[in-house]
Amino acid sequence: MSILVDKNTRLLVQGITGNEGDFHTRQMVAYGTKVVAGVTPGKGGEWVLDGKIPVFDSIRLAVNARGANVSVIFVPARFAADAMFESADAGIPLIVCITEGIPVQDMMRVRNYLDQKGARLVGPNCPGLLTPGEAKVGIIPGDIAIPGNVGVVSRSGTLTYEVLYALKQENMGVSTCVGIGGDPINGTNFVDCLEMFEEDPNTDQVVLIGEIGGSEEEKAAEFIADCMTKPIVGFIAGQTAPPGKRMGHAGAIIEGGSGLAADKIRALEMADVQVAQHPEEIPGMLK
Amino acid sequence: MKLHEYQSKHFFARYGIPIPKGRVAANAVEAKHIAQELGGRVVIKAQVLVGGRGKAGGIRLAKSPEEAEELAGQILSMKIKGLPVRKVLIDEAASIDKEIYLGITNDRSARKPVMMASSAGGVEIEEVARDTPEKIVKVYIDPLLGLRDYQARDIAAGIDLPRDHWRIFGQIANGLWQAYRESDATLAEINPLIITSKDQLIAVDGKMVLDDNALYRHPDLAEMRDLDVEDPSEIEARKYGLVFIKLDGNIGCMVNGAGLAMTTMDIIKLFGGSPANFLDIGGGASAEKVTAALRIILTDPNVKTVLFNIFGGITRGDEVARGILVAMNELKKEIPMVIRLVGTNAEEGRQILSDADMITAETLADAAKKAVAVAKGDYKQ
Repeated sequence: MSILVDKNTRLLVQGITGNEGDFHTRQMVAYGTKVVAGVTPGKGGEWVLDGKIPVFDSIRLAVNARGANVSVIFVPARFAADAMFESADAGIPLIVCITEGIPVQDMMRVRNYLDQKGARLVGPNCPGLLTPGEAKVGIIPGDIAIPGNVGVVSRSGTLTYEVLYALKQENMGVSTCVGIGGDPINGTNFVDCLEMFEEDPNTDQVVLIGEIGGSEEEKAAEFIADCMTKPIVGFIAGQTAPPGKRMGHAGAIIEGGSGLAADKIRALEMADVQVAQHPEEIPGMLK
Repeated sequence: MKLHEYQSKHFFARYGIPIPKGRVAANAVEAKHIAQELGGRVVIKAQVLVGGRGKAGGIRLAKSPEEAEELAGQILSMKIKGLPVRKVLIDEAASIDKEIYLGITNDRSARKPVMMASSAGGVEIEEVARDTPEKIVKVYIDPLLGLRDYQARDIAAGIDLPRDHWRIFGQIANGLWQAYRESDATLAEINPLIITSKDQLIAVDGKMVLDDNALYRHPDLAEMRDLDVEDPSEIEARKYGLVFIKLDGNIGCMVNGAGLAMTTMDIIKLFGGSPANFLDIGGGASAEKVTAALRIILTDPNVKTVLFNIFGGITRGDEVARGILVAMNELKKEIPMVIRLVGTNAEEGRQILSDADMITAETLADAAKKAVAVAKGDYKQ
């Protein structure tokens, strides 16, 4: 059912006792996600959320005691790499890192290590995952999407919400929404998600939301042309972005003439992807 | 964050990379004294964070201390691509037999650092990549294992470096890798690394760009930030945790979220208008932050209207509305503004602003069209 997270997800929250961790865990629990444990080193033994969720000092202890199979990370940037290494070493197969501002060399080390361990990372600098009606892993507001058959994969946060909201207004539902985040080096990219959506019986078509910087949209276009049968609609932000400037997201930068929105749009259109001129057009372009 | 040539070279020197004897001067008399100390011919180099210093006349050879003083005086009064030259580097001049390019940067696609070298040093690497890409040798560095010694040898062989120099080159390559890694650089470049007529390898120029996200763990390097290269509004914005980039249009934008902020600029252009800025107030912004953001937007005299596009998740519409009201009262600016609020507490936000005479919109497209009309002077209720 859908991809990556569903009603069988047993979620562990790293950084559960911090402001962000606490606030968003409450939202995730209210949505119906099974949050089984939290990890904050030094606060093991405490219970949070009115005594409902146990906190452990380490991931290993939390996994052994509570069978967590997904971790979501709300830990400050300077500690985030360590949090990801710890989860991977404890055998967590899916790690979702919300944190923004992680040094890029940390992310190179993390990604290369996690590839060797066989752990999947989503993020960092992302809003996380939402499988409507089943699981919310991260900060995507639960009330802006309804269950359905459109898969969504996006580098953005609030721009993604804009699209989910537009779909909901037209009574169109989402199978899973994956926020892959705005960093230049991340755990999961467009092609990874497109592959999963193509295999997912619950997904009939896909919305891809990209932006300036890097070449992942171009790689997606190649994959779509070679391997996908399901229809895709896209939108690329940053057609008016000036070159050489980082537009908020660490990965949103046009460097040395590459990473331009126009090039991404062209590549996607050549792969028969319909590209919207603005996000509110997207529902009308889907079947 | 960019470092100046002299800062980069001093950093490289800590890792055993040979650099020319030289010091930095802030005025012509200092330059003369340094030239006297060094004796012989010296190079006077403008220290500004732009390329093309040579072409602009910012790099000159002086044969005597008096000439050094004269040239330094000229260069220190220059502006290169709009940036004032505040310092010059006085280096011992070397006689150059061969120029090599050696640099490390992050390869985003490969998710690894990549070390590049070419025997076409002294030229912009982008030019070489464009015209003679076969001259560039690359090795991908495993971020967990680091640069292997054999990789440095592969590079040396690839650029036809005489075997006599392989050992020293290996030390330099390794030094550059260590410098790159330990400073959290996104670029560390020696262009050119020269072989002198006395067969020595020297890094005659140096460039480093550091990852802004890592500066928290390099306070000594963070202190070296040159504020000349940044727009005062961008510096001000950073203090408040805002991302602001000035553009040259007349429709100011305030948005929560980078992707949505780019989209808002794009949609303004789509409907025939011109954005004045990119501004991301981030998630969960306080009223204070919103006030600061509006203040920054309105320092731009070109701005005829401001478009607020807030899709509240953790950001609350009422908090944003309060911030806008404070700014409007404080700044007493009478320009029309368009507000589009969706999500958390959007209704409360709209209530708070209902007396403030703002133009409202439900959809992003509608908000953009209205803002464009206002800026053109065409807007009718």
